[in-house]
Amino acid sequence: MTSMTMIEAIRDAHMVAMERDDTVVVFGEDVGYFGGVFRCTQGLQERFGDHRCFDTPISEAGIVGAAVGMAAYGLRPCVEIQFADYMYPAYDQIVSEAARLRHRSAGDFTAPLVIRMPTGGGIFGGQTHSQSPEALFTHVAGLKTVVVSNPYDAKGLLIAAIEDDDPVIFLEPKRVYNGPFDGHPDRPIVPWSKHPLGEVPEGHYRIEVGTARLHREGSDLTVLTYGTMVHVAEAAAEEHGLDAEIIDLRTLVPLDVDTIVASVTKTGRCLVMHEATLTSGFGAELAATVQERCMFHLEAPIIRVCGWDTPYPHAHEWSYFPGPARVGYAMRELMDA
Amino acid sequence: MTAITNEVLAELGPGLLADMIRVREFEERCAQLYGETKIRGFLHLYIGEEAVAAGVLHCLEPDDAVLATYREHGHALLRGLSARSIMAEMFGRREGCSGGRGGSMHLFDASLGFFGGNAIVGGHLPVAVGLGLAAQMQKQDRVTACFFGEGAMAEGEFHEAMNLAALWNAPVLFCCENNRYAMGTSLETSESETNLAIKAASYEMPAWTVDGMDVLAVRAATERALTLIRAGGGPVFLELQTYRFRAHSMFDPDKYRDPAEVEVWRTRDPIATFGQALIADGILTTEEIESIQQAAVAEVDDAVAFADAGTLEPIEELARHVYRRVDGVQAAEVQR
Repeated sequence: MTSMTMIEAIRDAHMVAMERDDTVVVFGEDVGYFGGVFRCTQGLQERFGDHRCFDTPISEAGIVGAAVGMAAYGLRPCVEIQFADYMYPAYDQIVSEAARLRHRSAGDFTAPLVIRMPTGGGIFGGQTHSQSPEALFTHVAGLKTVVVSNPYDAKGLLIAAIEDDDPVIFLEPKRVYNGPFDGHPDRPIVPWSKHPLGEVPEGHYRIEVGTARLHREGSDLTVLTYGTMVHVAEAAAEEHGLDAEIIDLRTLVPLDVDTIVASVTKTGRCLVMHEATLTSGFGAELAATVQERCMFHLEAPIIRVCGWDTPYPHAHEWSYFPGPARVGYAMRELMDA
Repeated sequence: MTAITNEVLAELGPGLLADMIRVREFEERCAQLYGETKIRGFLHLYIGEEAVAAGVLHCLEPDDAVLATYREHGHALLRGLSARSIMAEMFGRREGCSGGRGGSMHLFDASLGFFGGNAIVGGHLPVAVGLGLAAQMQKQDRVTACFFGEGAMAEGEFHEAMNLAALWNAPVLFCCENNRYAMGTSLETSESETNLAIKAASYEMPAWTVDGMDVLAVRAATERALTLIRAGGGPVFLELQTYRFRAHSMFDPDKYRDPAEVEVWRTRDPIATFGQALIADGILTTEEIESIQQAAVAEVDDAVAFADAGTLEPIEELARHVYRRVDGVQAAEVQR
């Protein structure tokens, strides 16, 4: 085991995957020489050469489209979209090409590729550097969508995603790249070296796409969340003295419904949280799933705590962000219902 | 007609003519079957443009890859997909090349390197670059031929694809089928620079304008382009000037063109003109052309009978090929 930040864990996953399989290629804007805007691909070009890790122009549709073609003919591209906010020009390629290829060709052609994107706010990036567009991917049949919350999961999931035979959208909340951010921007940053999930095994291991992780066991209520909000939920529960069971979904599609049902059936109360805007967010899917599967075990209405239905604000970032105060209030409301 | 020796013409001519006639017969029947509602949804006919597909595809090797548009029945047929599997697909039958999932616009066959059937204008261009890069990285000799209409050149994806292909020297043959109308919008209304070869050449790749009504001219340009590409010269762009004799689709009243313009182009029908040239040169007789036509009709008859006898994919199987594995939630949801 080695202590790693999430950036180092992602870098290490690339190293392991590229070492094991010559068909894995990495490309994107500034991922080669520069090593990626967040340094997640640093050292790959030096180690594997510029034919396996290379820079592209600012050309998101071109990046994803080229990856689809390469994947269809025997390669395993793992590409980076520099910020999730930049993926919209590539959305046609993601939806119409990557997601549909297998179905459209009745299994003749497939697109085993990974599209990595830093997501989320918390760095005062404003509306074009803070978004969490996961629901735009979970709504598309044919895509798998992963959101990571810590270094240990990030490495195992990225390796599994690269080895997956379906296209995987791999979302990396940038606020937890360097530490388990708990939603208190005024407090000193806690580094991953002081957190058990910052301990990362060396070499190859997989965390299967489609499996949730029980982040914290508890009996009062179930929190369904992912990414940065896992840590916020933990802080909020502690601050309010609640024994919350926190499930880090890790993969949104395919969703680990069994883990969700087991927990909500046990606690009878369910809080759904995400940083993305509320309306038509993935939380709606979670709430519907819980209602369908656990209706007669529920002791209170399901509550969602999410980002506001506004573009991500700059100055009011910490009001938009569903921090421990809002989350704690919702937890109390859920317990009092 | 393009200069060519009589011996070469005697060798190539009958095959190229037969290719074009097969496509024409197939599609004339499609139009009829659409009226009978055997074919439903969208149907875009290539009638008038046959020399382009025939000339380009004639030059490709079996290992090459082909991407076409939603006006791709002819490309699929000449790439080697059987008339049966294409017609069955158009009838929505599971015996079709895409299992009935795609229909007219989404023909696929991996075994023949036929990568669609792409019905998002311009969407397949970046993918073509990827197919080319895959060949380059795996040191395979494969060339990717990518067909698209001139309408696609207004899309951002066209420009991204051209830039990347040229930057990375991808072995891609870009075949712009310029039929002058993006649905009902003329070239002059769509493009600031209507000389499409000049536009493409700005990406630092060889770009030529070719008479797309002359199958020999298309073939000659393609041969020349493929020689460059296979020698490692990177991508080449061909603007193939052609014309569709029918409307854009079956829903198009065709009001945006002067009928006189259509008539002028019809005098340049690639099949009629090439057939007459072969007769004049003593390579084929009228009777021989007639028998080529009859063989094409028989092939289509057989395809229609095959498609008519086809079956529908059971609805429970729709979740197949969404992901590699069908299990757990997705399968259950679909079946409910």
